[in-house]
Amino acid sequence: MGRPQSVPRRTAQAAGEPMLRVEDLSIKFVRRGQEPTIAVDSISFDVQAGQTVGLVGESGCGKSVTALAIMGLLPPRGNRVEGEIHFDGTDLLSLSDKQMRDRRGQELAMVFQDPLSSLNPVVPLGVQVCEVLERHKGMRHGAARRRSAELLDKVGVPDPTRRLDEYPHQLSGGMRQRALIAMALACEPRLLIADEPTTALDVTIQAQILALLKELVTESGTALVMITHDLGVVAGLCDQVNVLYGGRIVERADRFELFARPRHPYTNGLLASIPRLNSPRGQRLKPVPGSVADNIPWQVGCAFSPRCGAASELCRAEAPHLERDEGGAGHEIRCHHPVGRPSESADDARSAQDE
Amino acid sequence: MGIPNGPRTWAESKKKRIDTLAASAGRSGRGEGAGDGPGGPATGEAGALKGAEGVSLLAAAWRRLRRNAVFLIGAAIVLVFVALAIIAPWIAPHDPAGRILVDQIRPSNPIPQPQPGFPLGGDSSGRDLLSRLLVGARQTLFVGVMATLGGLSGGVLLGTLAGAFGGPIDSLIMRIVDVMLSIPALLMAFTIAAMFAKPTQWTVIMAIAIVQVPIFARLLRGSMLAQRRSDHVLAARALGVKQAPIVIRHMLPNSFGPVIVQATLVIAGAIIDAAALSFLGLGNPDDRSPEWGQMLGKAQEFFNTFPHLAMWPAACIIVVALGFTLMGESLREALDPKSQR
Repeated sequence: MGRPQSVPRRTAQAAGEPMLRVEDLSIKFVRRGQEPTIAVDSISFDVQAGQTVGLVGESGCGKSVTALAIMGLLPPRGNRVEGEIHFDGTDLLSLSDKQMRDRRGQELAMVFQDPLSSLNPVVPLGVQVCEVLERHKGMRHGAARRRSAELLDKVGVPDPTRRLDEYPHQLSGGMRQRALIAMALACEPRLLIADEPTTALDVTIQAQILALLKELVTESGTALVMITHDLGVVAGLCDQVNVLYGGRIVERADRFELFARPRHPYTNGLLASIPRLNSPRGQRLKPVPGSVADNIPWQVGCAFSPRCGAASELCRAEAPHLERDEGGAGHEIRCHHPVGRPSESADDARSAQDE
Repeated sequence: MGIPNGPRTWAESKKKRIDTLAASAGRSGRGEGAGDGPGGPATGEAGALKGAEGVSLLAAAWRRLRRNAVFLIGAAIVLVFVALAIIAPWIAPHDPAGRILVDQIRPSNPIPQPQPGFPLGGDSSGRDLLSRLLVGARQTLFVGVMATLGGLSGGVLLGTLAGAFGGPIDSLIMRIVDVMLSIPALLMAFTIAAMFAKPTQWTVIMAIAIVQVPIFARLLRGSMLAQRRSDHVLAARALGVKQAPIVIRHMLPNSFGPVIVQATLVIAGAIIDAAALSFLGLGNPDDRSPEWGQMLGKAQEFFNTFPHLAMWPAACIIVVALGFTLMGESLREALDPKSQR
């Protein structure tokens, strides 16, 4: 509230300010009589207009919570959010509920994971698309309906006028997700957060949806935050990738750098666990051993150390900092023992364990 | 991509559309066969939103129900009694309040026997029992339905407030509901009915309605809370939709299924409760307009000698309650999301 909000919209950007700047964002879940759970721990990242930034990590690493915090959709009770989320020069965390509500759908939008449950099952699709336009653009019903049909057409829903009268259960999964994207983009938001938008879809539809998102982002200059656990999605879409583990960013690089030279053992583990078409028959997949539950708090040491082949006493005693990697441009890692060359990474980790 | 739901359902959906079209009263169907039954003929106008939901919900339930024997039996029973109640004044052979057989009453035989023109005989005042049963259906069903509607409205209001706002409002409403639920329902209905100096059918309706309020409130609040955390409500909030439309458009219609089921079940209970109130003399004392519970009450002094006097209204109450219960149970199955899809 105290922060001046009069920063003119476009000047901030002209000065090279990113569209979205998340700074030292921490989110704690507090319960009475219990230690707070730290879901997100001092995360910082930038998203430029027209850029796609990925947040990657397994379940429970804080990706979705970060997205909800940016959108101002965390439940009003039971959590504590610290840090700053600057959107176009305004700290979103300082805004009132009403100011946030006016921005949601208008300037910030979000696409969720499960397209069926994200649509209201008892209301025809058209009403749901029109609702956004009527709410933010003040459109009359007729105009909103025409615009809705245009939007559905744009995202590749066939026969859009007829779809407007149909209920979500009458649409296929891919079409539902297209409709949700149309709703999210209805008011041409400048930031779109996609929270695992393709997880509930089959592979062919997934490719179509990703292509659509990419096209829309490039076309309109919308900043896109892509939340996923799927490195394939990252490879196809993201300009910049943040790998999260246990609520902290453990590695950050642009996509070519990340795939060419993953330095963090966790990133390496994720890459090594992807099944490959050209691997010999009968070869077992290499999972990252253990589960997210096997971690130690970052305050004590490296949260990944219990699952890490390269972990040493140092890792368990002292948490590493996010440091610039000397090799790559803009490559940052949080590790005491970064992995060398990518191809041997997993084997390195294994042999280190054997010693 | 282009074909929704797959062609497997097309032929089937064409048949279904005939039903849904009939339900949508003359709204023109679309030529293409891609729509799948329930929502097919819905309208897109915001003004017709309520109607569109109705068509969709009812049509989906109807599709399941019309092959369900239990539902059909229940519905048939209810329909027969509703029809009888409506046309009772015209088909009743005699005036239900007329003491036509009063001259047959004598101390040795207080109840007129069945005889030509009076298949069930008369009651202790010499009135035709069959006519009273038929006309009594009217009053009994009216009280049951009105009490349920009253309880439903009150419960929906409280449940919506509690579920939509949460926090202290929710706690306050739910504590009131808990207190009301801690008193046995029938006892509370008696107490409320007894507070009125002059009982009428409206005091009966009110007493039973108030007793039903907490049940509906708690039920609706539960499903509203579940809706509040649902993905589509979060998605709507992510689009900046305001609180009122979220509650009215996104939460309420999705929470209503269990309430509708409960309402059909409650009608049965309300009819029985109303009968109980009348039986105990807390109902409408004016016995010129008959009511089953009241007939049952009057019959108790002759229960040993002329049990048929009590059997007939009791049987009617049981059968009607059974009809509503069968309907409600099969509706519950039909609307159960787990049995869906």
